[in-house]
Amino acid sequence: MAQAAIELIGINKSFGAVRANRDINLEVARGTIHGIVGENGAGKSTLMSILYGFYQADSGEIRVGGKPVSISTSNDAIALGIGMVHQHFMLVDNFTVLENVILGAENDALLKSSIAKARSELERLEREYGLEVEPDAVIEELPVGLQQRVEILKALYRGAEILILDEPTGVLTPAEADHLFRILKQLKEQGKTVVLITHKLREIMAITDTVSVMRQGTMVATRVTKETTVGELAELMVGRRVLLRVEKGQSEAGAIKLSVKNLTVKDQRGVTMVDDVSFDVRGGEIVGIAGVAGNGQSELLEAISGIRHAVSGEVMLEGKPVDLTGKADPGELRDRGLAHVPEDRHHVGLVLAFEENENSILGYHDDERYLKGPFLNVDAIMADAKDKIEKYDIRPGNPRLRTANFSGGNQQKIVLAREMEQDPGVLIVGQPTRGVDVGAIEFIHKRLIAMRDQGKAVLVVSVELDEIRSLSDRILVMFAGRIVGERGPDATEGELGLLMAGVEHQEAAE
Amino acid sequence: MSTPYAKLPAWADYGLIPLINLSVAFIVAGFVVMLVGENPFRAAVILVEGAFGKGTGIAFTLFYATTFIFTGLSVAVAAHCSLFNIGTEGQAYIGGLGIALVCLSFDSVLPWWVIFPIAIVAAAVFGALWGFIPAYLQAKRGSHIVITTIMFNFIAASVMVYLLVGPLKPAGSQAPQTRNFLAGAELPKLNWIIELFGAKIRSAPLNICFLLALVMAFLVWLLIWRTKLGYEMRTYGHSPKAARYAGISETRIILTAMMISGALAGMMALNPVMGDQHNVAIDFVSGAGYVGIAVALMGRLHPVGIVLAAILFGMLYQGGAELAFEMPAISRDMIVIIQGLVILFAGALEHMFRPYIQAVFASFSPKAVGIEAVKGKGA
Amino acid sequence: MDSFNAIVQVLDSTIRLSVPLLLACLAGLYSERAGIFDIGLEGKMLVGAFAGAAAASVFHSGFIGLGMAILISVAFAMVHGFASITHRGNQIVSGVAINFVAAGSTIILGQAWFQQGGRTPALQPDERFEAIVWPGADVLRGVPILGPIYSELISGHSILVYFAFAMVPFTWWVLFRTRFGLRMRAVGENPAAVDTAGISVAWLRYRALICTGVLTGVAGAYLSMVQNGGFVKDMTAGKGYIALAALIFAKWKPVNAMFACLLFGFLDALSIRLQGTPLPVIGKVPVQFMQALPYVLTVILLAGFIGKAIPPRAGGVPYVKER
Repeated sequence: MAQAAIELIGINKSFGAVRANRDINLEVARGTIHGIVGENGAGKSTLMSILYGFYQADSGEIRVGGKPVSISTSNDAIALGIGMVHQHFMLVDNFTVLENVILGAENDALLKSSIAKARSELERLEREYGLEVEPDAVIEELPVGLQQRVEILKALYRGAEILILDEPTGVLTPAEADHLFRILKQLKEQGKTVVLITHKLREIMAITDTVSVMRQGTMVATRVTKETTVGELAELMVGRRVLLRVEKGQSEAGAIKLSVKNLTVKDQRGVTMVDDVSFDVRGGEIVGIAGVAGNGQSELLEAISGIRHAVSGEVMLEGKPVDLTGKADPGELRDRGLAHVPEDRHHVGLVLAFEENENSILGYHDDERYLKGPFLNVDAIMADAKDKIEKYDIRPGNPRLRTANFSGGNQQKIVLAREMEQDPGVLIVGQPTRGVDVGAIEFIHKRLIAMRDQGKAVLVVSVELDEIRSLSDRILVMFAGRIVGERGPDATEGELGLLMAGVEHQEAAE
Repeated sequence: MSTPYAKLPAWADYGLIPLINLSVAFIVAGFVVMLVGENPFRAAVILVEGAFGKGTGIAFTLFYATTFIFTGLSVAVAAHCSLFNIGTEGQAYIGGLGIALVCLSFDSVLPWWVIFPIAIVAAAVFGALWGFIPAYLQAKRGSHIVITTIMFNFIAASVMVYLLVGPLKPAGSQAPQTRNFLAGAELPKLNWIIELFGAKIRSAPLNICFLLALVMAFLVWLLIWRTKLGYEMRTYGHSPKAARYAGISETRIILTAMMISGALAGMMALNPVMGDQHNVAIDFVSGAGYVGIAVALMGRLHPVGIVLAAILFGMLYQGGAELAFEMPAISRDMIVIIQGLVILFAGALEHMFRPYIQAVFASFSPKAVGIEAVKGKGA
Repeated sequence: MDSFNAIVQVLDSTIRLSVPLLLACLAGLYSERAGIFDIGLEGKMLVGAFAGAAAASVFHSGFIGLGMAILISVAFAMVHGFASITHRGNQIVSGVAINFVAAGSTIILGQAWFQQGGRTPALQPDERFEAIVWPGADVLRGVPILGPIYSELISGHSILVYFAFAMVPFTWWVLFRTRFGLRMRAVGENPAAVDTAGISVAWLRYRALICTGVLTGVAGAYLSMVQNGGFVKDMTAGKGYIALAALIFAKWKPVNAMFACLLFGFLDALSIRLQGTPLPVIGKVPVQFMQALPYVLTVILLAGFIGKAIPPRAGGVPYVKER
């Protein structure tokens, strides 16, 4: 093995009572690409933040190039040649590329010489690594892929020998991700060390030399990539066989309850996020929408649920049109039998500062059951909340507790209980089990299938392919705002993966 | 102005921390008293005696408190909807205009018990309208409500000065104010209540508005925690996205909250105008709107807290007047300093002592501070 | 000729009246560009005015007065920093608090120290910043058109006036040509970017607030030591808020700030000049209307009816490292 670029020895880090990292040991060889995989919340980002000086470890030792070092600020990390590309870019949106690159790495108190130096440096980096980007472009006018490139340039400009990338492909199109991987390989050839944090196993297999697996704050294994398989890594990540197929019977699809026709949605910047999408969901079936995050799924859900303005198209709920001007009253849609479990429960689906019982009526607070004239019917609300707590096994079972004090899984159950117990005709669910513990996942999946069996139309959007395959009766794959394919529940992972990567779509377009 | 999740027992959150913050504000104020060469302890004694020592003092204290209950409630209602209404001052001023129009029109023909309800409505409507414009601009045009309400305070001042030196000034008078109202626009005093307890009152302006203020405090409590509208305001206040999801119209809730806030501010004018001065004069609000910020912060946006904080500030105003009399070096402006310090320590620095208090609580009982409950939030 | 002289006089008082606005406005520019809302400009100006006049009359030196004005004003800016940067308190609340403490303490201390009803003793000429007469100003006064412009408008102001206008290009230069300016603009837009670049967000913002304090200090000193020969209670009379309005009007840009302040100063000068005199066509304009105009204009601008004022994106939000 080549000389180690980084060694982490016995790293511990706690946030309050939560142990984010425990006794982590890690060695990354110089001139390699090392992957770190793990589920959300496994402690990957915390570990890298410690290495980058954003947090300090409670105990443990860091060695860079064999020498023990102390990294107490990002400055220390930069001085040691460590650069980081954050998941959420650390760029100033209304600055130019050059200004962003020199920020914090200026030559002296005046900018002139720094800008001149950065300009020639960027030219050199462009030649050496194929990192072309217009130095005078303003960040907010660049596509996401190029913004990420600026992040990499920032690190290289500061003389980074070790580059950490945190979930770099989450926001990229497959083509952009491919380009990124080519850049990373080139960096490796030039002797740089790359640490890639991700939860996407396919990327790990495609590009890394070695891979470490984290689970619940501990480092469970390190493998040479060539000698391992996706299956083994997945098992290490989760701790048991991953694919938990929930038992379910044959679906008995009935009448069309939700119909989407030629729906097009643009975001604030005018970029088309949902592009001419059409599909139907029938009563008694679960339709799953698979896709890499950021391919328009969120916008699709928001448009259907009346929160987001759609440019054109039509959504029919139980045969009647939904107002797509963005001024729709979500309350009215609820009355018409549309229930919506949003992707972001922290800011959308729940008010974390509210008591549990207050959240159990959110969106249904107009309902006569919960009101006495203009007043809230406190007794009815409490009784209702207690009932849901019991039915959905929400813990702790105290309706007066602040919602922020429930775990992720229980918070999700609060939202699900609220939406499902309204007995809706159509249920749309975004990321049903994101950040939810394994026990609750099974519970939630069973509930969704029970809804189907009652004859409801269920639309599920998830970036977890396993979840989609396990739940859906039909699978739609979304890529770049379009539905690029429909498959049955028995479609293979590989087949769906290709669709999600837009491969067939691109071929068809050519 | 949302408070982060409580990790302390409620009594610490709503009792202990405000008390500590308040004490620090007073300690710093004590240093200012020392700086001007007086004894802060003696000053404190004079202050409290001045406020509560005699019947007249109590009546004055409650008179001032009445004003501050209205402005405190006004700030709090907006704050529950995460709107920082600095415009309470201007809304109260314009509320005074509404009262002036009613009183000047009817004081010769109607008795007080007919004029009073009309004046309440007029004050509320005028205040609400002055709150409506900034709210509309925030909701529809995205202008920052803090800045617009500040601007509207100045615009209100200009409008009122224009009216009080011009159209509303009786001919031949020099003073920039309306003519004095007739008996029909004078509100009954409440001093007899204090006299029931045996205290003697010479002359004090405590009037029926005090009861109105208490009723409004109760209604605000009902509104915020027991009505659908209050629920919607709080939802929007904590998370505009959740409000959108729940089908709560942003425009409607901002307009409603600000108009209620403005109405409460406008009603403040009843107390000095109809209860005491019997005219509308330049600058009759004299900063009470800003005191409302301190009162709302001190009372943790809860009507009970607001009433208590308003009485505290009423005590400062009344006791401060006595203090200025006893200690020539200290004028009533001492109260302005204390007010500023209370806003600083109970508002801007409200979390300064929290970590220490949390540490103390944690050392007794880790569970009580919810350490367990944050599980799963890490990394 | 009379009307020409009248115009020169109005413009001359425009300059005098816009100087405190300009200094306070540039002061606000530093803090708001760094992501700290500051409605405490008013209070900082007021303590600056008081400290300046008090120190000048005690030590018989204008420069000691100016130094004291700056020192105390910076101290108040640091309180704002302590609350809003270190303790991540609400910046608006902190600003309001500072305005109150300033309003109260200047009167209390003034009365306790000088016993003149909150005033400081009238300053002697050598304790103030006197007008500087430019070479040839007296000689050229008689020259038509250019003479009055040179001798009235350009010459004959206090050093602080020239300082205020010199601060405009200087601030522009700091903002767009120096490392400090780059970082300051960055921290007002995206503090996380600054933090990950290895720069201390807190220290950067504190430094911006020091700049704010210095400038509000000079603004206060101008009020009490140039415009007026001593401190009078509440002498800022809302100028801090007008400066804030001007800052928004200027869309947080230094050169625009100068024009906004000149405009607001001009309105003020005009309203003083026109008191009671009817205008052709319009008739008599109430003085209150002119006084309210800056605020009305700012509201209209904020509402987006004339252009759009987009504040620094991180403004008003305390920086918390994300977990």
